[in-house]
Amino acid sequence: MATAPVVNRRDFLKKSAAGSAALVVGFHLSPRAFADQAKDQEEKTPNPFDAWVRITPDDHVTLVLGKSEMGQGVYTALPMILAEELSVDWKHVHVEQAPTNPKIYDLGTGGSGSVGGSWLPLRQAGAAAREMLIAAAAKRWGVGTETCKAKNGFVVHGHPERSFRFGELVVEASKLPIPDLNKVPLKNPDDFSIVGRDTRRLDTAVKSSGQAKFGIDSRVPGMLYAVIARCPVFEGKVASFDATKAKAVAGVRDVFEIKTSGRGASTTGGVAVLADNSWAAIQGRKALEVNWEEGAAANESSEELRNQFLANASKPGGVLRNEGDANAVLETASKKVEAIYELPFAAHVCMEPMNCTVAIRPDGAEAWVPSQGPQWAQAVIAEAANLPPEKVTVHTTLMGGGFGRRYQADFVMEAAQVAKISGKPVMVLWTREDDMQHDFYRPASYHRLEGALDGEGKLAAWKHFQTSTSIAAKWSQKGADDPGLGEFGTGATIPYAAPNIRIEYTLAHSSAPRAWWRSVEHSSSGFVMESFVDELAHAAGQDPLAFRLKLIGESRKIPQFGEGREDYHPLDTARLKGVLELARDKAGWTKPLPKGQGRGIAGFYSFFSYVAAVAEVSASSSAFKVNRIVCAVDCGRAVNPNGVRAQVESAAIYALTATVKDAITVDRGRVAQANFNDYAMIRMNEAPPIEVYLVPSAEAPTGIGEPTVPVIAPAIANAIFNATGKRPRRLPIRNEDLA
Amino acid sequence: MAISFTLNGKSQSVDVSPDMPLLWVLRDTLNMTGTKFGCGMALCGACTVHINGEATRSCITPISSVAGKKVTTIEGLSADGSHPVQKAWMAEDVPQCGYCQSGQIMSAAALLTKKPHPTDADIDDAMSGNICRCGTYQRIRKAIHRAASEMAGKAHSAA
Repeated sequence: MATAPVVNRRDFLKKSAAGSAALVVGFHLSPRAFADQAKDQEEKTPNPFDAWVRITPDDHVTLVLGKSEMGQGVYTALPMILAEELSVDWKHVHVEQAPTNPKIYDLGTGGSGSVGGSWLPLRQAGAAAREMLIAAAAKRWGVGTETCKAKNGFVVHGHPERSFRFGELVVEASKLPIPDLNKVPLKNPDDFSIVGRDTRRLDTAVKSSGQAKFGIDSRVPGMLYAVIARCPVFEGKVASFDATKAKAVAGVRDVFEIKTSGRGASTTGGVAVLADNSWAAIQGRKALEVNWEEGAAANESSEELRNQFLANASKPGGVLRNEGDANAVLETASKKVEAIYELPFAAHVCMEPMNCTVAIRPDGAEAWVPSQGPQWAQAVIAEAANLPPEKVTVHTTLMGGGFGRRYQADFVMEAAQVAKISGKPVMVLWTREDDMQHDFYRPASYHRLEGALDGEGKLAAWKHFQTSTSIAAKWSQKGADDPGLGEFGTGATIPYAAPNIRIEYTLAHSSAPRAWWRSVEHSSSGFVMESFVDELAHAAGQDPLAFRLKLIGESRKIPQFGEGREDYHPLDTARLKGVLELARDKAGWTKPLPKGQGRGIAGFYSFFSYVAAVAEVSASSSAFKVNRIVCAVDCGRAVNPNGVRAQVESAAIYALTATVKDAITVDRGRVAQANFNDYAMIRMNEAPPIEVYLVPSAEAPTGIGEPTVPVIAPAIANAIFNATGKRPRRLPIRNEDLA
Repeated sequence: MAISFTLNGKSQSVDVSPDMPLLWVLRDTLNMTGTKFGCGMALCGACTVHINGEATRSCITPISSVAGKKVTTIEGLSADGSHPVQKAWMAEDVPQCGYCQSGQIMSAAALLTKKPHPTDADIDDAMSGNICRCGTYQRIRKAIHRAASEMAGKAHSAA
């Protein structure tokens, strides 16, 4: 994690605000924080550091790191961690986006990993800088370092107290050797005064006054605005086009084709319409005539996909996990439960539609990109512009939502192509329809769960068959079959004690692009597993919570299946139990509800965090309404409890939309939904009160942006069953499923 | 042909296609990017501005229809972010990604002008046209109640 520092500070010395020396400490963020999406970067030579702390003589503390702010609050939580160890007023710490240096291992922002992955490295870096400042002060005073301490931006010593500002010490401190980051003394958490305190976000003022600059707000002198006509059918291509009418629209400057290009390339390519403003470009595209070569995907539909699922489910799948003999136990079980669950494609729907602004000059390129993976953006622009990556400067802007969508670089490739061909700075803007119909969707999946109960009502066997349009199959370079482990995630790590376990998977084919949607595979695993456990509890004639607690059993650590390392964040059953019990207590689990109302519970482990939710609903045979959601969370030490609660509230609403609103469906190879009228979002009048309770913890912080998503749908489905005796088994839940 | 209107208290004239929506005039012609594009169909409220005091979706409002009217955008709601709604947004720590919040704030400010003491049902009515994908709804609700109390307090002390 943290490595011995190698001096490579010249660039940062140059950048110091006062134009003089600065104290710079370089460090590494944890590469395991978000490994999957960074795999393509692995071949690149890692630089000594990918993050820095810079303190200048004017007392400015700057945290330079490659994390993007998309609403999740990292630009508040991360400086809090640094300020804590450094002993400086946290409001004096500013975050600066690290430059996208192609030689630096880039982590991107996702997987709910920013705080967890930065926790120790940021503490170590802050402590190292603090110790260097203390050493510089001690030297000036001619006293021992042990007699000095850092306090609120000063190093202090003696009685009466004398002090130096940090800024006064940076010149000398910067000449000292940087301590070994693995040995530098860290604060006793009992002494924390910033970490763990409810803290307001730093960016609220600019976001409440229209001053915050998102990608879509980028403005470059001489720029044009472009929209792209894309084939509505997945993987379709331009056959021919006639730009005459488009060019006749006032303000339209140019119309040309861009070719399919880049990684995950099936999503790019089309006809670009460039204009003086966004409106003219949109009007020009309406007037454009394009003949599409729709290709083979034009035969695909949601119905056809479901037929594939059914056909796959009629045969055994590939065996991912097999312990004992679940099939034999299921055959002879006195009590057997079987259920089918289905989840559709889901779109990310960031409020800020995709966009990217690129200016290419002969000697280099500059881009303004709302991106979770700016280094991928840089590589893509370099490819399109035929420039070495180090000649491409990427400004990572604020993002109007990310949710995984902004890890992709399709919109970046388009902007780079249009800028290259036109020779002008260009913003490629997506309309809402573009955004909804050309997303990388959460995979559609079909699950069959089977469970056997023994005479004591214990779980004798657990079998989970899944068939889905996997993410890995979309991204596989070889187009190889995906064995499917990634489609289960922690769903293959079962907290409920069962001596016989079998997990099977069969890949289904689809041309629909798929990728990481908030909580990724856990959104399906959580729904099916926590619904099915509820069904088992009912079959066993037990309270759903008591049944869960019984099956979770004694405290133990269950290695994450498929991780290959027993000690890699094993599932701690005590912590899962802890959130279930906290949710129970706060929701008033045993308190009777009026007739026509029901209560359901679900708990799940993902992103190294534990979340349980209790949902309360009103439901009849023709309608339902969610009245209340209570969430209990154990994400280790909450750096900013206010920020943690905000993320839980956010994830709950996000999941509620996917639970009760619309599905993304495919018809003739194209997405049938286009805007908020047919792919609706939860609105103010439908948003239930959400209560959030945190388990106090001294464990290192873990993910919080996503792990609430998996528990919302099952808690609601279980509550509907509790109210009506009718169990919804497909998402989104429709009123007709209650009849 | 030039179209004239009042924008944030100052007279403004633009020479654009008369059917160009106010949203794009603000964003692309005048480079006032605080008003956001979200759907283009008046379905999400990200583009909400005030026209003669009424909360209006600028994405479907042709610039020609604005001639002679008073337009207020998020940039003109207050000079320094001190409108009671903006202050309440800060106190309740409402925004996450922040993209929809200009529209949310403009809708909330218009609501409070009409109904200084909104009920939860009033808030549902006035705010359900504004989508927040980050799900900040309950903080928005609290912030609107907070702004209403603050405005009532001020009105009281002024009386």
